[in-house]
Amino acid sequence: MTTTLTKAPQRRRAPRRRRISGLHAYTLVLIAWLILPIAIMILFGFNDTHSKQNFRWEGFTLKWYVHLFDKGDLTTAVVNSLTIALLSTAITTVIGTFAGLALGRYRFRGKGSTNLVLFMAISCPEIVMGASLLSMFVTFNLPRGYLTILVAHVMFSIAFVAVTVRARVVGLDPAVEEAAQDLGAGPWARFRLVTLPMIMPGVVAGALLAFVLSIDDFVITNFTSGATVTFPLWIYGSTRTGTPPQVNVMGTLIFAVGVLIAVVSARRSVRAAR
Amino acid sequence: MTGVRGRLAPYLMILPSGLWLAAFFLVPMVLMVSLSLQTGNLIDGFRQTLHWQNYTDGLSTYGDKFVRSLWYGLVATVACIVIAYPAAYWIAFRGGRSKSTYLFLLLLPYFVSFILRTVSWKLVLTDNGPILGPLRDHGILPDGFHVLDTGVAVVSGLTYNFLPFMVLPIYVALERIDPRVVEAAYDLYASRLQAFLRVILPLSLPGVFAGVIMTFVPVSSDYVNAEVLGGPQNTMIGNIIQTEYFNNSAYPTASALSFALMAILLVGIFAYARTLGTQDVLEAARR
Repeated sequence: MTTTLTKAPQRRRAPRRRRISGLHAYTLVLIAWLILPIAIMILFGFNDTHSKQNFRWEGFTLKWYVHLFDKGDLTTAVVNSLTIALLSTAITTVIGTFAGLALGRYRFRGKGSTNLVLFMAISCPEIVMGASLLSMFVTFNLPRGYLTILVAHVMFSIAFVAVTVRARVVGLDPAVEEAAQDLGAGPWARFRLVTLPMIMPGVVAGALLAFVLSIDDFVITNFTSGATVTFPLWIYGSTRTGTPPQVNVMGTLIFAVGVLIAVVSARRSVRAAR
Repeated sequence: MTGVRGRLAPYLMILPSGLWLAAFFLVPMVLMVSLSLQTGNLIDGFRQTLHWQNYTDGLSTYGDKFVRSLWYGLVATVACIVIAYPAAYWIAFRGGRSKSTYLFLLLLPYFVSFILRTVSWKLVLTDNGPILGPLRDHGILPDGFHVLDTGVAVVSGLTYNFLPFMVLPIYVALERIDPRVVEAAYDLYASRLQAFLRVILPLSLPGVFAGVIMTFVPVSSDYVNAEVLGGPQNTMIGNIIQTEYFNNSAYPTASALSFALMAILLVGIFAYARTLGTQDVLEAARR
C-alpha cells in the first residue's frame, strides 16, 4: 500500500523534470550575470595598467598586491572602516541583545511603541536617516568625524540586532530559566549560564549583520563623516578620477574573507545538525 | 525575579537602545522637520519662520526628480520580481540537495560592498570596457551603441544591487509551500500552468509583497547608482538632496525634500499594503 502511494507521484514527476530544465539554465545564466562584475573586479586587481582608468586589460601582474598599502589614505580609510565596524558591532550587540531579550520575554508599557520605532528604523530610507542626523549636527553645530560615524552606525544597526535576538528569544522555552531559578541561580548567573547560551545563535547572527551593515554603509556615513574617510567613501571619491587597482585588491581580499567565513560557518552548522 | 527589581528589568534592558534611538533617530527626525521650515543661510544662521514655501518650492522645482525616482523605483522593482521569481522557483522546487549552494551562489556578489559592486557594474557598461569593448570591436554591437549615462544604466544598476531583497523573500515563501498541496492540484487534474497560477503563485504572493516593500524604498531613495551610472542627465531626488546639503548648504530646502521623500514613500507603501495587504493575498490563495 505504502509503496504504491510513494511510487506513483515519482513516476509522474520524471517527464516534468526534463521539461523544467530551461529554468535550471536560466538560474545558471542569472548567477553568471550576477557574478560577472565581481569576476571583473577580481581580474582587474591583477591588471598591469599604466593609465589612471583601470578598464583596459594590459597584462597580468601581482604588483598591486605587493603595493597594496602604497596609497596611505586608502589604507587609513580601510582601517577606519574596520575599526568603526568592530566598535559599532560591539556596542550594538550588547545593547541590542538586551533590547531583543526584553521585547521577546517581557510584557511592559511602551512595548508597542518600541516595536514601532524599531520597524521605522529598519524601513526608513537611508538618505533620510543621514539627512536627519546631519540636520541635528548642523543645528547644534557639532563637528562631524569618526565619532559621529560610529554613533550613526550603532543607531542604524540596533534595530536589526534587537529584531534578530527577539526572534530567537520568542522560540525559547521559559521553563528552562525557571528551572535554573528553582535551582538557586541568581539573575546574573541565570543570564550568563542559561539564557545567553540559548540565545547565542541569535546574538551571533545579529552581530554579523551589524558588522556587514557597518562596513558596507555608504549613504549614512557620507552624511555624518565630515573629513573622516571610510573605505566606501574613498571608492566613491575615486570614481570621478579613476579607481586605482588597489581598490580591486582590497575588495577581493574582503570578498575572500567574507566568503571563507560564510563557507566555514555553514559547514560547521551542517556538521552540528548531524 | 521578584519585586521592584523584577518589574524594572525590561525597562533597564530596553533603556540603552531606547535612549540611543531616541537621541540619534527620533530627535534628528524632529530637528529635520524643524529645519525644513526655517529660512536663512550658512553665514547668518537659520531661523525658524515656519516657511512652508520650502516644501512647495522644493516640490515644484524638483517635482520631475521625484517622479523619475518613483518611476525608476517602480521599473527596477518590477524587473527584480521578473528576474528573481523564476530562479527562486527553480531553486525552491527543483534545487534538491544543492538548494543552499545555489542560493549561496546567487548571493555571492553581495559579499562585495555596495559601492564597489556599482563601480564594477559601471566597468561592465563602459563603452571601451572589458565587456562592451571587445563586443564592439568584433562588430557584434553597432558603433553607436551606448548604455552608460542613460536611464537604462541606472535602472540596471539598481536592479543588480537590490536583487537579493527580492530573491530571498520570494524563495522563503516558495520553500514554505507544502509539496503535497501542489501534488493535490495535479491529482485533481490541474495542468502545470493551472497548478502554478491557482496554487503556487497565490501562495508565494506574500513573499513578492515583502520583496516589493524591501526593494522599492531603498531603490527609489538611492542616489549612488544615478551618480555613478547615470551621469548628469538622469539624477534622482537623492542626488538633489545630497547636492543641496553638501554643495549648496541649503539645509532647509534639503530637509524639506528629505521629509517629503519619506512622506511620499511611506504613504505609497501604506496604500500598497492596504490594497494588496497580506489579508487579501491570503484570500486570493483561498479562491
